[in-house]
Amino acid sequence: MHPILKLVVQRIALGLLLLLAVSLLIFLGTEALPGDVAQAILGQSATPEALANLRESLGLNQPSYVRYFQWLGGILTGDFGVALTNGQDIGQAIGQRLGNTLFLATCAAVISVPLAILLGLVAARYNGRWPDKVISGVTLSTISLPEFVAAYFVIFLLTQVIPIFQPVAMVFPGMSFWDRLQAVALPVIVLVLVVLAHMMRMTRAAILNVMQSAYIETAELKGLSPMRVIWQHAFPNAIAPIVSVVVLNLAYLVVGVVVVEVVFGYNALGQYLVDHVAKRDLPVVQAVGLIFAAVYIGLNILADVIAIVANPRLRHPK
Amino acid sequence: MNAELDYMLKRAARGLMSRREFVGRASALGITAATANMLLSSAARAQEAVKGGTLRAGMAGGESTNSLDPALAASEVPFMVNMTWGEMLVDVNAKGEIDYRIAEEISANADATEWKFKIRAGVEFHDGKTVTAEDVVATLKRHTDEKSQSGALGIVQGISEMTAEGDMVTLKLASGNADLPFLMADYHLVIQPGGGVDNPAAGIGAGPYKVVANEPGVRHVFERNPNYFDSTMGHADSVEILVINDNTARTAALQAGQVHMINRVDPKIIELLKGAPGISIEHVAGRGHYVFIMHCDKAPFDNKDLRNALKLAINRQEMVDKILGGYGSRGNDFPINAAYPLFDDSIPQREYDAAAAAELYKASGHDGSPIILRTAPGAFPGAVEAAQLFQQSAAAAGIPLEVKVEPDDGYWSNVWNVEPFCASYWGGRPVQDQMYSTAYLSTADWNDTKFKNARFDELLVAARAELDAEKRKGMYSEMANILRDEGGLICPMFNDFVEAKREEVGGWQPDPNGELMNGRALAKCWLNA
Repeated sequence: MHPILKLVVQRIALGLLLLLAVSLLIFLGTEALPGDVAQAILGQSATPEALANLRESLGLNQPSYVRYFQWLGGILTGDFGVALTNGQDIGQAIGQRLGNTLFLATCAAVISVPLAILLGLVAARYNGRWPDKVISGVTLSTISLPEFVAAYFVIFLLTQVIPIFQPVAMVFPGMSFWDRLQAVALPVIVLVLVVLAHMMRMTRAAILNVMQSAYIETAELKGLSPMRVIWQHAFPNAIAPIVSVVVLNLAYLVVGVVVVEVVFGYNALGQYLVDHVAKRDLPVVQAVGLIFAAVYIGLNILADVIAIVANPRLRHPK
Repeated sequence: MNAELDYMLKRAARGLMSRREFVGRASALGITAATANMLLSSAARAQEAVKGGTLRAGMAGGESTNSLDPALAASEVPFMVNMTWGEMLVDVNAKGEIDYRIAEEISANADATEWKFKIRAGVEFHDGKTVTAEDVVATLKRHTDEKSQSGALGIVQGISEMTAEGDMVTLKLASGNADLPFLMADYHLVIQPGGGVDNPAAGIGAGPYKVVANEPGVRHVFERNPNYFDSTMGHADSVEILVINDNTARTAALQAGQVHMINRVDPKIIELLKGAPGISIEHVAGRGHYVFIMHCDKAPFDNKDLRNALKLAINRQEMVDKILGGYGSRGNDFPINAAYPLFDDSIPQREYDAAAAAELYKASGHDGSPIILRTAPGAFPGAVEAAQLFQQSAAAAGIPLEVKVEPDDGYWSNVWNVEPFCASYWGGRPVQDQMYSTAYLSTADWNDTKFKNARFDELLVAARAELDAEKRKGMYSEMANILRDEGGLICPMFNDFVEAKREEVGGWQPDPNGELMNGRALAKCWLNA
């Protein structure tokens, strides 16, 4: 087996193992909460008899390891169970909302990742001069704003002062692609503002780091233009750190944007999770927790793999 | 009529100019206040309902955990959803009287222990079935079952026997209750085919709109029920509720025209929103109130002097001004206000009196250690600030209060009804009996002040079966006085429902029974082209 393939397979296997450990942690964590699910459903007015009946019908009398494997088996076969609070099928509800989450994250990533890298390259090219200072200044101020402040500002500017967008970003099945894009415009703008600086600064720092190397000096002495030196000689060697910070931000765009979702009324996974945590709807909390963990682990594996593939020393080990 | 007056009249009828402003400007044109008022009310009546379009409400108070099962409705959006697709036996109208809906006639025996409801003929459910007396009985029975977890369990528990015969439903009560028809207007008691026993969350009812899409916590879409029996409701072709819990986004959605009406306007921005073009603020004094509750059976609140010292040490007018932005009225330490039938307005208003409070505090013999008042941002809007104001006004009377801010999560299970002194709120009930029975009867589940008074209980039960309004009013007055002077309730303020709508919305009528015209705003309003 090619060593690189071996490394990749190893990473993926490790990731799956990690996910299994996370599933166990999530299950144990929700088990450890005071009171059981039956009590959570029936609330304060629960009679002992009703509790016993409900425990029986939910299968809560079985030992917890049996329930863990039943739960895991259900999830592996795509059965997440039903929400305790309103009896809706969790898999179906999550499917739709996960789609919305990914749509928003993709839109934000498609704009922010190329933009951040480009700005990073430009900032590195003009290191210490005014373009660098303007780019860093602006992006650092947008990342320093709390998300909801940025969101309110964008709402005020683009729905009241210049009314070109709608403040509430809900999307529904049956909406055209164009309508969806229009609906998510404002949250996308906010998310771009929020994630831009981190990726831009990392790109700039990684490039500047590489620029210290002797071979860059050689390239410069050959008489190559500065942008060409950065793009062809420095950038390929700076990919690994850039990719890992990009992926970190992508993961954030998927699992960490609940505040933005709430402000714009965007019906995605974060809002769904928070609502069900408040109502102690544990099957939903477990399912969403597992999905978030899977996204996070998956993206990190991806970052590792890209870093390996991009690194000639790992690609051609001695 | 001159053109200017005509123009102003149209603006006032559409809610763009307040009544007071209209009367003022009309008098500048030489028209007396009485004439101006008369002109205005006929202009409002003359507004013709416009059919068609899509009417949208943006609402706070919805979660992705909500269900279409009417028994489970507990927050604002499910309430509005119930009132849009559902129909009850009766409604309570804006004047506090009974409006007949599925029932078209109600009669009772002399001691109010047996009630007969005649079911309106030819009312159809959304699935085409006719509403029968059996459906009504099955619905009420489902709510008496503990398993249904119905919010109306306490209401239907007192019914000992229900029977359906032809088009007549007979309800026998364990003890007389003159208010029974009001209780049947509860928003959980939506009549469902077969009582909704097979599938409580099917969303099939007899209301003015049919459920088209139900996405809890996101939106609820309805289309007009073409077979609805009452032509005064159901004007728009379709109606939608968008769940927008964020205050700023909700307001912005209204201003941008994405929705036509919103609930829960933040008192802090009312003045700003008033100036916005095409928007009017609608507010109506409701029965909801914000409270601080003391457990009468726990030290130091088991001391009546201390309780009354605290009641005197709160500055009610300041609370109304600062917490409600003036959109509310002062409370008087009993849970009833003028929005209730049989309210006694002669009971003197309790004022802030630091000197009297200090004296009573001294008389109570309290050791001077800080009294802990628990609150949370979610106890009621502005609850933390209200507790701090209370702390300041009490300090001026020499009473040391310590405000402890608790997290919202778990507040209603870990603090309310558990800790001896905390902030809370009540939504109010259609009649006095129901409010008192829910929270002030010695044996009530939600007796959150642990108030036990034999004379009060005795009056409550006697008043319930008393059909003579004058005698009943006297009993309620005595109960109010007992609670005011002996109870553990500090009720500084009654909050108004403050809502906002766009100018194209027609048919808006203030209704003190609940938010957004008692949940019927989408069914009763229309869109002016």
